[in-house]
Amino acid sequence: MGYPHHPHQRETTVLSQYFGDAEARTLDGWKKRGGYKALEKALGMAPADIVNIVKESGLRGRGGAGFPTGMKWSFMKPGDGKPHYLCCNADESEPGTFKDRELMRWTPHALVEGCAIGAYAIGAETAYIYIRGEFTEPLYWMDKAVKEAYAAGIIGKNAMGTGKRLDVHVHKGAGAYICGEETALMNSLEGRRGNPRIKPPFPAVSGVFGMPTTINNVETLIASAPILLNGADWYKKMSLSSPKSTGTKLYSVCGNVQRPGNYEVVMGFPFKEFLYDLCGGPPHGRKFKAVIPGGASVPIQTMEEAEATLMDYEGFVAQGSMLGSGGVIVIDDAQSMVSVIARIARFFAHESCAQCTQCREGTAWTTKIMERIRDGQGTHEDMDTLLDIGEQMTGKTICVLSDSCAVPVASGIKKFRAEFEALIPGGRVHPVIAAVA
Amino acid sequence: MAEKKMVNLTIEGRPVSVPDGTTILEAAKTAGILIPHYCYHPGLPIAGVCRMCLVEVEKAPKLAPSCATTVTEGQVVHVYSEKSLDARKGVLEMLLINHPLDCPICDQSGECELQDYTYQEGREDSRYREPKRFNPAEDFGGDVIYVPNRCILCTRCVRFMEDVAHEPTLNVSERGDRALIGKFEGRDMTHPWAANVIDLCPVGALLSKDFLNKARAWELDRASSICPNCTQGCNVIMETRENQIVRMRPRPNEEVNSFFMCDWGRLNYRWMNERNRVELPMVRRGDVFAPTTWEAAITAAARALNGKKVFVAASPMLSNEALFLLTQVMQGGTGAFRVTEGEEAPLAGVDDLALRRERAANVYGAEALGFTKTKDLLGGLKQGDVLVIAGEDLVGIDAGALTRASDIVVISSVLPEVTKSASVVLPIANFSEEEGTVTNLRGRVQRFTQARQAPGETRPSWLVLGDLLGALGKQSNFFLPSDVFARLAATNKSFAGLSYDTLGFKGLPLADAPKTAPKAPVAAGAA
Repeated sequence: MGYPHHPHQRETTVLSQYFGDAEARTLDGWKKRGGYKALEKALGMAPADIVNIVKESGLRGRGGAGFPTGMKWSFMKPGDGKPHYLCCNADESEPGTFKDRELMRWTPHALVEGCAIGAYAIGAETAYIYIRGEFTEPLYWMDKAVKEAYAAGIIGKNAMGTGKRLDVHVHKGAGAYICGEETALMNSLEGRRGNPRIKPPFPAVSGVFGMPTTINNVETLIASAPILLNGADWYKKMSLSSPKSTGTKLYSVCGNVQRPGNYEVVMGFPFKEFLYDLCGGPPHGRKFKAVIPGGASVPIQTMEEAEATLMDYEGFVAQGSMLGSGGVIVIDDAQSMVSVIARIARFFAHESCAQCTQCREGTAWTTKIMERIRDGQGTHEDMDTLLDIGEQMTGKTICVLSDSCAVPVASGIKKFRAEFEALIPGGRVHPVIAAVA
Repeated sequence: MAEKKMVNLTIEGRPVSVPDGTTILEAAKTAGILIPHYCYHPGLPIAGVCRMCLVEVEKAPKLAPSCATTVTEGQVVHVYSEKSLDARKGVLEMLLINHPLDCPICDQSGECELQDYTYQEGREDSRYREPKRFNPAEDFGGDVIYVPNRCILCTRCVRFMEDVAHEPTLNVSERGDRALIGKFEGRDMTHPWAANVIDLCPVGALLSKDFLNKARAWELDRASSICPNCTQGCNVIMETRENQIVRMRPRPNEEVNSFFMCDWGRLNYRWMNERNRVELPMVRRGDVFAPTTWEAAITAAARALNGKKVFVAASPMLSNEALFLLTQVMQGGTGAFRVTEGEEAPLAGVDDLALRRERAANVYGAEALGFTKTKDLLGGLKQGDVLVIAGEDLVGIDAGALTRASDIVVISSVLPEVTKSASVVLPIANFSEEEGTVTNLRGRVQRFTQARQAPGETRPSWLVLGDLLGALGKQSNFFLPSDVFARLAATNKSFAGLSYDTLGFKGLPLADAPKTAPKAPVAAGAA
């Protein structure tokens, strides 16, 4: 869906159907569109039944990791005597991703409703919506929606007159990429420096304020409402491919395409048609060269890989990448891959929280080498060094920021090595290439 | 508390059995394996950030940080597998890319964990070709200087101030490779225990102003001792260079001081180096003190004391051994001592640990051995008594009070100004120059060893007093301070059952000492 919000005919607009519809932002408008019906239904059900429906629907986390939502909710043990918390991750800091922003801008009540349903399902009375600091407009609408919902008695001490307590708080972050990592988000929410925590303990055991906590992405929580209303089967059917990936997914498309924007398609949609048909293909006279399909931290796809991809969790993995957050960054043949990767590395070096050695030093070192190659000062050894640093940065740190920096670099060198070599002065042929030739 | 369940695992092929909840790193120590680490410290909450202690655990998908991973039954851990070594080599290379490698001018050199582990497991060279980051050194206040270029951001200092001192002062400022340790606005490292961050720092990033550029680590001689500066009795290492104490550092003892010592105690060592010493045994000849032989001086002292009523003005810095022998020498006389006082300064995060009000090592021992604590030191001196001044400097004492004494014998390291009328002067070693034991305020008897050589003909107090006892016709074949202690243990019920061997270097409580719980280590948890 490009601006100004006319959905493409091949989209399946479940979450995005009210994008551009200003009236849907208000409580009355939202109710007119069937809003808060799902919450009403949920509050009449046992929490375990809600968890089961979500489990059955196959809904998976839309923030990046794709963890089954129902299973995550079932980790929260009812009756353990501790307060439970729900956190909504609205930090949306993954470069290339801007779907949660639009969800919050146009359908803030959908998120309030999703949070209330999620909180009720996991036995929590409090939900926190952690919004990234740069999102001033989404924050404005969310604040307004939460106030309206409180005033109407939809949430609060006596949610919808059921006697159940459901509080929703909106918390503004200060604009750090790492605060989108769930444990860093919790630290930030508690007023500490946004450093990821060591796991275990996992949030379901010890999360916000040391209490059992579930943390879900904006899109995930919003999707829970239509699932409750229409049933798990309805959701499961919205899949063209793997039964492990169900429902619709919002993709944020940016970069070198004719029509960038947010698009909602069902799981298993062919990526090739998505790029050429929905997004309108490359700018005139250019050709697509590469795609980063799930935000800056996933492996880069060549066009061959991308065009063979079915858009779901398994489909992207089968073609050398990941679904991630659904932030599709499209790169055409006028761009230098080395420049693109150097810029991505610089982003991660800037955002590393500085706890783990490999990440703090590795991201910066990677950036320095990448920029040196980009500036024509590289050597052939640099590529080996980069790959080796990448190895050291993978799977050895508290969170995956360091892995996220290594991934685009490693996939870039492997898939676009010729572009790197073209920038290296001196023309000495790499020993491996010499051996092959 | 119920006994904890024991967990059996294998570390580097060695079977290990440790209580449930132990970390792999601590379990490995019991097998004699020190897994390299930086951010972990047993006295601090676990951070798990340096990633140096990564080890391979069979069936685990990733390498495990051994400081933050608890043992499980049947676990098989490989500390030196190719994967673990490669990961640690990687960490070391990363830690050094921005490090200035200025070991030749760094105070930490020789006792630096970055040096040690790099020599053990690091690469021979670096692949880093880019410019290094630079940040200027900063005065953190108190005794602490910060050299950010050497910092590895292990955050031990941050956690000490926050979780042990309970006075958050330091933080990690900035992100990525720009990160460095910062001070909160308006805060300084002036907490009475702040200088512990210098010992905690595994590299040369936090340095002591007092020790700055004073000595290289390998030039130092080290002695196990006890801090003589208050009644807490913190276990310390006294370090000397060319017979001068140049530094005192805490020695871990979970029963007394955990891993720490206060700044006041740490920096108050210069008095033991002072040169205003009496170095020769002397006897009075008319108006002057005449140097003489030890035999002649001891004989003269024995003559002065024999059959007389004796009053001893003792110092609470003297060892249990010296004080015990004094009680033998005074033949039914009385003894008193006084203590300098200051403000109490507790370390909030550790139970029963403080810089104590009473600023001397052996107050409890002196009382246990029958000396009276008093403000009026010579109040008990009767007309005609023989006054023995043992280690007391008599500062602030009116010379007039001394005229009550029929004779004065000085057994001291420093000759007090007001004792010109003494008939005999026996020079003894000071606290740092002899071996002995002291008893802390909880009745714990702890050994200290000799750190420096005593000047001139000075002899250890126990030797001098033993000889004096012999000259008085008592049995006194003491060849070592442990012989004196054995006699003390045989004759004094409080000391019964103790010996140098059983005391070891962590000490034991007196038989009648109040029971104290061992210091609980700081609650482990995410920082």
